[in-house]
Amino acid sequence: MSAAPVAEVDLGDLGFGRGAHLLVQRALAGLPPGGRLAVSGRDPALRVHLPAWCRGRGHRVEWPDRGEAGELVAVVVRGSADDDRWFGAERAGPAQPSALSSRPPARWGLGARGALLEAGGPEARFDLDDRDLVWADIAPHLYAQAAARQWDPQTAVPWDDQFALPADVEAAVVQVMTYLVENEQAALVVPARFVGRIHPHFREVVQLLAVQMADEARHMEVFSRRALLRGTELGTSSAGGRQSLFTLVAESDFALASFLLSVLGEGSFVDLLAFLHENAPDPVTRRICWLAMQDERRHVVFGMAHLEHQARLDPLLRDRLRAAIHRRHDALVDTAGLNADVFDALVVLAAGGWHPDDVSAGFDRVQALQHAMDQGRQRRLVRLGFRPDEAAALSTLHTRNFM
Amino acid sequence: MPAPTVLMGAVAYDPKVVTIWEGFRAWLRGRGLDFDFVLYSHYERQVEDLVAGRIDAAWNSPLAWLRAERLATANGTAVRALTMRDTDQDLTSIVVVRAESPVRQLADLAGQAVAVGAVDSPQATLIPLGHLAAAGVTVDVRRFDVGVGLHGDHIGGERDAARALMAGEVDAACMIDANHLAFVQEGTLPPEGTRIVAQTARYDHCNMTVRAPESDGVRLFGTLLLGMSYADPQVRPLLDLEGLTAWRDGRTTGYDALAEAVDASGFYSPDGRVTATDYRP
Repeated sequence: MSAAPVAEVDLGDLGFGRGAHLLVQRALAGLPPGGRLAVSGRDPALRVHLPAWCRGRGHRVEWPDRGEAGELVAVVVRGSADDDRWFGAERAGPAQPSALSSRPPARWGLGARGALLEAGGPEARFDLDDRDLVWADIAPHLYAQAAARQWDPQTAVPWDDQFALPADVEAAVVQVMTYLVENEQAALVVPARFVGRIHPHFREVVQLLAVQMADEARHMEVFSRRALLRGTELGTSSAGGRQSLFTLVAESDFALASFLLSVLGEGSFVDLLAFLHENAPDPVTRRICWLAMQDERRHVVFGMAHLEHQARLDPLLRDRLRAAIHRRHDALVDTAGLNADVFDALVVLAAGGWHPDDVSAGFDRVQALQHAMDQGRQRRLVRLGFRPDEAAALSTLHTRNFM
Repeated sequence: MPAPTVLMGAVAYDPKVVTIWEGFRAWLRGRGLDFDFVLYSHYERQVEDLVAGRIDAAWNSPLAWLRAERLATANGTAVRALTMRDTDQDLTSIVVVRAESPVRQLADLAGQAVAVGAVDSPQATLIPLGHLAAAGVTVDVRRFDVGVGLHGDHIGGERDAARALMAGEVDAACMIDANHLAFVQEGTLPPEGTRIVAQTARYDHCNMTVRAPESDGVRLFGTLLLGMSYADPQVRPLLDLEGLTAWRDGRTTGYDALAEAVDASGFYSPDGRVTATDYRP
């Protein structure tokens, strides 16, 4: 045998059928290419398996001279394939979200952020790859909060509480629930259309949207379940309402979709859920509206955070947001907007009785709700940099369907 | 001046052959060689086409190399091994028995049922049976003919032989060293379930066979193959698929055991005709 080995490893009775390669690999890792490792061991198949394993990995094997010491099987001369594989490898950015890439390259693709990426592999097309467009520093915090506050629809709601409502009040609840289900359906589909387009480098945003979708899935479940708690049929769904939701789902620009859905739609929805929580005629309706409202607030916070960030960097963003409101308004101008059955049902719930004074009071409360929604929209628009008078004008153009 | 050309033959023993050579083709063309390949369903026609000059290079099994050499000699021409994979050098085949078998050494296998691969497998049939014959041991051969004509490239015959051993249908099985390791790691053979009772001398496997003297294209082909680097992310996945980390200069010193087995079994005649009676690729 030529030069003396610089390292040795004793495999004992361990064979390659049970992981001996791990010990050999570990010992070789400490050597440079050309470095020599003396391998000894007692597994009867070692003399066959060691060279076969080395061959496939580009290591050379030297055999000891006859009569050389006892359990020495062979000397492995480290090849360069292990190093060559990692030539040109790069880290996919930092592991922590503190110094994210402003434009992560397509070649990072589905590699874990911060991982050492072997060169080569597919160029994955994630077209939402601009940090300023998708990121918000609050995203990791919001995700953690959202993950911690997931609730179980089975146990979080008092489904078995005893209550009985007059038939027309129950019908009003069913109508409102029907409306809520279809709105939540749209609120699930909108982020779903973007999750697969966001570069995984911004994984906390992807995670947050995924939880947001899970939130909406639960909302759909509990509102459906409440609708069918006492009966077997849902209420009505108006063509105008569906048209309004469709314009949300059809928006393919991430910033504009977040704006229309989270800032304007879900923002108004939070007010609606607060109203329903306050005016709910039964404990189940009250509870599910409260639970959904907590989740929706989080959705609004994220939508606002990343749009505020973007608006600071891009003075033209407001023009696009303004145009989006106008475009949606124009698309819906010939539709009825809110389903009249929904409006009436809200009045019935707020009235709490059939005396003309009750109905009048209920009507006032629904008008107060609409006013609160309008005020909320204006506040959020101002935070995004719109002048107050323009915010007021834009708010009035928001869909009459609330969402 | 037009780019030098090479038309290479490869045997389609697996769909990945298309991926590998389409990838290599793009890489080679990018470096000034007008390279293309044709696929064969077995090695015999590929070798005949190489010697007849219909293709410039043949990615050959060791058995196909021997036949090419014999056919070329018979018609007064010559072939040579241009390159081979690092993993084609210094292989061995082994004979294994079940761990509890009374068989301790090669001689104990006399008259026993021994599973081998396909009729034309150098590593799982011809070389190990030659090893047994050289030791004067006559056995009852049980052949597992999977992928006949592919010269043992298809692993199925060896795996079936290994399964037959564990099922108790045979007393021993022959396979290449790396496949014994693979069968243990994949679970076809239990880790301590077999014992190796014989190992052949080291031999070589495939090579890129070309006619001598080589054309400019073939010379460039050899240079480019030897220049392929495992550090190159474009070819590394292809090298992984083809099972090598580097191309080496071809050598023909590792085919003696197979040549002896071919002669002893009458697989090919000295002038390269197929003479094995039960071989229909």
